[in-house]
Amino acid sequence: MTDVASPGPDARSAIYVRGTFVPPSPPPGSTVGPFGWAHKNLFSSPFNIAATILTALFLAWVVPPLLDWLIFDAVWTGENREACLPVDGREVGACWAWVQAKFGQILYGRYPLDQRWRVDLTALLFVAGLVPLAIPKVPYKRENTILMLTAFPVAAFILLYGGFGLPVVETALWGGLLVTLVVAVTGIVASLPLGILLALGRRSKLPIVKTVSVIFIEFWRGVPLITVLFMASVMLPLFLPSGVNFDKLLRALIGVALFSAAYMAETVRGGLQAIPKGQYEAAAAMGLGYWQSMRLVILPQALKIVIPGIVNSFISLFKDTSLVLIIGLFDVLGIIQLNFSDANWSAPTVPATGFVFAAIVFWIFCFGMSRYSQYMERRLETGHRR
Amino acid sequence: MTNIAAEDLSADRSKMTVGSQVAVEMIGVNKWYGEFHVLRDINLTVRKGERIVICGPSGSGKSTMIRCINRLEEHQKGQIIVDGTELTNDLKKIDEVRREVGMVFQHFNLFPHLTILENCTLAPIWVRKMPKRQAEEAAMEYLAKVRIPEQAHKYPGQLSGGQQQRVAIARSLCMNPKIMLFDEPTSALDPEMVKEVLDVMISLAESGMTMLCVTHEMGFARQVANRVIFMDQGQIVEQNDPEAFFTNPQHERTRLFLSQILH
Repeated sequence: MTDVASPGPDARSAIYVRGTFVPPSPPPGSTVGPFGWAHKNLFSSPFNIAATILTALFLAWVVPPLLDWLIFDAVWTGENREACLPVDGREVGACWAWVQAKFGQILYGRYPLDQRWRVDLTALLFVAGLVPLAIPKVPYKRENTILMLTAFPVAAFILLYGGFGLPVVETALWGGLLVTLVVAVTGIVASLPLGILLALGRRSKLPIVKTVSVIFIEFWRGVPLITVLFMASVMLPLFLPSGVNFDKLLRALIGVALFSAAYMAETVRGGLQAIPKGQYEAAAAMGLGYWQSMRLVILPQALKIVIPGIVNSFISLFKDTSLVLIIGLFDVLGIIQLNFSDANWSAPTVPATGFVFAAIVFWIFCFGMSRYSQYMERRLETGHRR
Repeated sequence: MTNIAAEDLSADRSKMTVGSQVAVEMIGVNKWYGEFHVLRDINLTVRKGERIVICGPSGSGKSTMIRCINRLEEHQKGQIIVDGTELTNDLKKIDEVRREVGMVFQHFNLFPHLTILENCTLAPIWVRKMPKRQAEEAAMEYLAKVRIPEQAHKYPGQLSGGQQQRVAIARSLCMNPKIMLFDEPTSALDPEMVKEVLDVMISLAESGMTMLCVTHEMGFARQVANRVIFMDQGQIVEQNDPEAFFTNPQHERTRLFLSQILH
């Protein structure tokens, strides 16, 4: 059987020589366009059709009441609990008026009202430093990084805590998003370099460095964060000489940083192990020393591989900041819960509103980190995994 | 075995001159992996400008031997002197030797996160402390020599195997080495790409480079090598000039090996 269109004999016969090469042609119409997409992704098989219909039904069942609660039946303005009370049988959804009333506390905790500009200024400096770092096209990355790691922490400390003419605001008064961000950012910034050093240490050929790293990592990974915070807050003062006391927030910061460094170390070690031996050898053969080859060849590749794991750690660290509640510090969630007991605002939907709002705040930050990490992954892809 | 025939490679032996100075000296070198005696009593002297091809069955220690020359592998007994510097545990001496010895690997080992140009300038900038612009100019020159200057701003993953290996050679040359080591440079390449790499290696030999090359490309050995070394069981079994080595092998083990790879 010979196709008229194809010149030469058929390949199914024993001897075959191709006459002409087949030119490329566009794909058949049914696989492209919106209908093609829907057919392929939503209605390709009986199972897929059933899944599509069930999902649509589920959404129809869940979404309208959710929108009613969040938006249409929600109370947007009000001075006190009266606004959010379900009087005369009216449906009351989320009590956003309460969030509005407590917004200052959710952001700053009990930070003195007339000093809150200091927090705002710190936040402004932070954003002004971070945004140009996060956008790849902006120049002066190195200078900016150095500023953010040296000048900014000092400025932030003076602004937030006090000194140089600014009245001191004890950390016991800090709260809300301020505490969440201080703990999370410090933990994130400290844990990455510390984790990298620990990961390198664990793979070191020097027995002492290796043993110290292993003991450190396994100790901190073996205890729960709550225990760490509790120890830092309750036990540590017992071991310190009387009169010596350092700040509760500072102790929490150190505990969180060391704790997440141990996790970070194992994440980074995973990346280091994924780099082929040939990369180490090529770097060594060119005369690069240990630190040079780590910094220029191994770590850029290893860290890129483990971006998802690193950001995973960041996200879980961000959410774990809520645990500082047990040592008497009030983060976003803590301050929201604290405000449930305000008799002026006692209404049935207030707690639910508070938790939903806290969830939204956490979600925005975590989702932001997640998206940015995916963007970085795509950007750093150099096509060597084809 | 797909070998490029000697007739397909054109090399000008008159340009390859051997000097009197010693480039590499191995005296009574022994090495063990645990209990396994991988290198046994290796004695080898390589003069400046020599092109030495090392062949042998897998596991014969040929790769290990040349990897000892830039201390990617440590020897336990004997002396290795490279360009006048003896390799010991002294890290400074090791770095000194590595600066002068280039190496090309079977699997290229280019740095995938850097562009071709950055691959070539990394070591000159950080090890030789060369200004960036000067390093880039030198790198472009070498990339032109291996005939891929137009790929300078691509990443290794976007290049074919043969192109990657030519970049790897250029990357080594950017350090201006006195000695080049090749560890099966064409073994991981598709047959169509072997010749482009061998051609680059030939022109390198014609420029007077001292080369030690582990390869099974016997056509290359005939055209370029001034000495062929056959290794088995961690020792040098036979060593001769290529003509005599191929036409009149002395040792029975060599004859067996050659009968299997030549046809």
